[in-house]
Amino acid sequence: MNKYRLKLYVTGQTPRAERAIANMRHICEVELGGQYDLIIIDVLEDPQLAEDEKILATPTLVKELPAPLRRLIGDLSDNEKVLLGLDIVAASPAQTPQGGNK
Amino acid sequence: MRTKQRSSALKKMKTGIDGFDLICQGGLPRGRTTLVSGTAGSAKTIFAAQFLSIGIRRHKETGVFVTFEETPADIKSNMLGFGWDIEKWQREGKWAFVDASPEPGQETIEIGSYDLGALLARLEHAVKKVGASRVALDSLGAIFSQFTSVATLRHEMLRIVWALKRMGVTAVLTAERTQEYGEIARYGIEEFVADNVIILRNVLEEEKRRRTVEILKFRGTSHQKGEYPFTVVPAEGIIAIPLSAMELKQKSSTVRVSSGNSELDEMCGGGFFRDSIILVSGATGTGKTLLVTQFIAGGARNQEKCLLLAFEESREQLFRNATGWGMDFAKMEREGYLKVICEYPEVMGLEDHLIKMKRDIAKFKPTRLAVDSLSALERVSTEKGFREFVIGLTSFTKHEEIAGMFTSTTPTLLGGTSITEAHISTITDSIVLLRYVEMYGEMRRGLTVLKMRGSKHDKNIREFSINCEGIHIGRPFRDVSGILSGNLTHFRPEEIERVADLFSEEEEVALSTKS
Repeated sequence: MNKYRLKLYVTGQTPRAERAIANMRHICEVELGGQYDLIIIDVLEDPQLAEDEKILATPTLVKELPAPLRRLIGDLSDNEKVLLGLDIVAASPAQTPQGGNK
Repeated sequence: MRTKQRSSALKKMKTGIDGFDLICQGGLPRGRTTLVSGTAGSAKTIFAAQFLSIGIRRHKETGVFVTFEETPADIKSNMLGFGWDIEKWQREGKWAFVDASPEPGQETIEIGSYDLGALLARLEHAVKKVGASRVALDSLGAIFSQFTSVATLRHEMLRIVWALKRMGVTAVLTAERTQEYGEIARYGIEEFVADNVIILRNVLEEEKRRRTVEILKFRGTSHQKGEYPFTVVPAEGIIAIPLSAMELKQKSSTVRVSSGNSELDEMCGGGFFRDSIILVSGATGTGKTLLVTQFIAGGARNQEKCLLLAFEESREQLFRNATGWGMDFAKMEREGYLKVICEYPEVMGLEDHLIKMKRDIAKFKPTRLAVDSLSALERVSTEKGFREFVIGLTSFTKHEEIAGMFTSTTPTLLGGTSITEAHISTITDSIVLLRYVEMYGEMRRGLTVLKMRGSKHDKNIREFSINCEGIHIGRPFRDVSGILSGNLTHFRPEEIERVADLFSEEEEVALSTKS
């Protein structure tokens, strides 16, 4: 069982969706060291999933695990803010350990 | 392209909201989005839900409700009070929710640019799922508190409105406004759904709430202009009262009905017309209720159905008084010719009174109606609201071809008119004035038929007395003038004869010799 369970809701193949997916993949690879499940959901194909999850905006990243549940919306273009939002202590040496604290 | 849009714009979709379709001249523009703007508590959500529920109940049209503010569970339980079983419709696939209400306690962080693509996808999915032709979005302002980028939201709302148009659904979009008379809606929402705008108001006037609906614009199609009162009725929802939208096309009858008093019939040239409105005006204690009692009893005696709406006295009082004058109300009611409804004017607003009266009339189907007194209802309304009420009631009774007798209490003992009369006198067909006449230290009572549309009538002011059988009309007052104004002047008999010679009229002479 991986430590991180993430769902990324996007609308079709827009540049914004592509950007969010690329940004998230990058963070997962670099910061989460393979300890993750990332599910990408296209709301045009699965609107019921968006309905069940009450998703309004796209892209929306939902962090289901570890608790607490957290939602990030936008194209995730700011790495540092994404890490903060996901409560991830940055693995990159440029950041101080405190930088990743809640 | 342009012309195609034009021709489709002329079509309207009936909302089914009582009275409202008259104001809209047919309903909401079909295939378009209409903005319904109003302050807090102006019944926006009810309007939106009612629009969908009537579609389901009466027109077999399914609907989608997008809620930005309340949760679906809250809406369901709130609307159950109006008898709309949304839960059941959901199960039957006639109603779908798109829940865009904020989730308390959930933290959302915005990083970079976004759109409302998911909401749009959910909306389209829901419309397809139930095959909706009606969509309600309530209320838009709430989504502006969920996200920070106003520019993005405005752009996205425009996309949603376009998508609704593309799907061919007729939509109602509600929005908040901060003032009753100010900008149309917050965040300039009207700029992107500007085709059709309806405003719901809930104005505080003289400590009384008054709800009105106004159609600000319907692009490319017609509608009634100005504010129309409406009310929210339990088990029904919104009911609008389309005053000027009503047509003045009542039939006019030449059949006479008895006033219940043969002497008064004679003064009126043979009784009231069957579909006329009679206003009885007088100070307290002049005998208005008695005249009403006789009118009602006269009808019931002829086996006509009579409805008495009393706002001043209780059933017991009315029945006891009638018995005192030899009329058995209880028996008449048992036989089904009479129905007495007593109510305090204060139990509800005037709009609600009007709707209830119409219901009672439609249910009992009387040929005679008496309201005692109309002026008691003045208390619960503003002057403007009262005028609308009077017009609404009189036009309805005329339309139903009912003989209506309404009483009005004058504020002063001698002479005087009331607000009621100022509003109603031009609408009524007949006016009977009851006045006190002070004569050498004694209060006597005078009666005159001031107006009798379409008929000759006795123009004398006659003295009347009240005995155990009711009103007894006697001789004209000959030696006193100024009764109606309240400034009495007494004459010597020889002076009166001289005046009478000056203006001799055949009918007057004929009538005065008769008595």
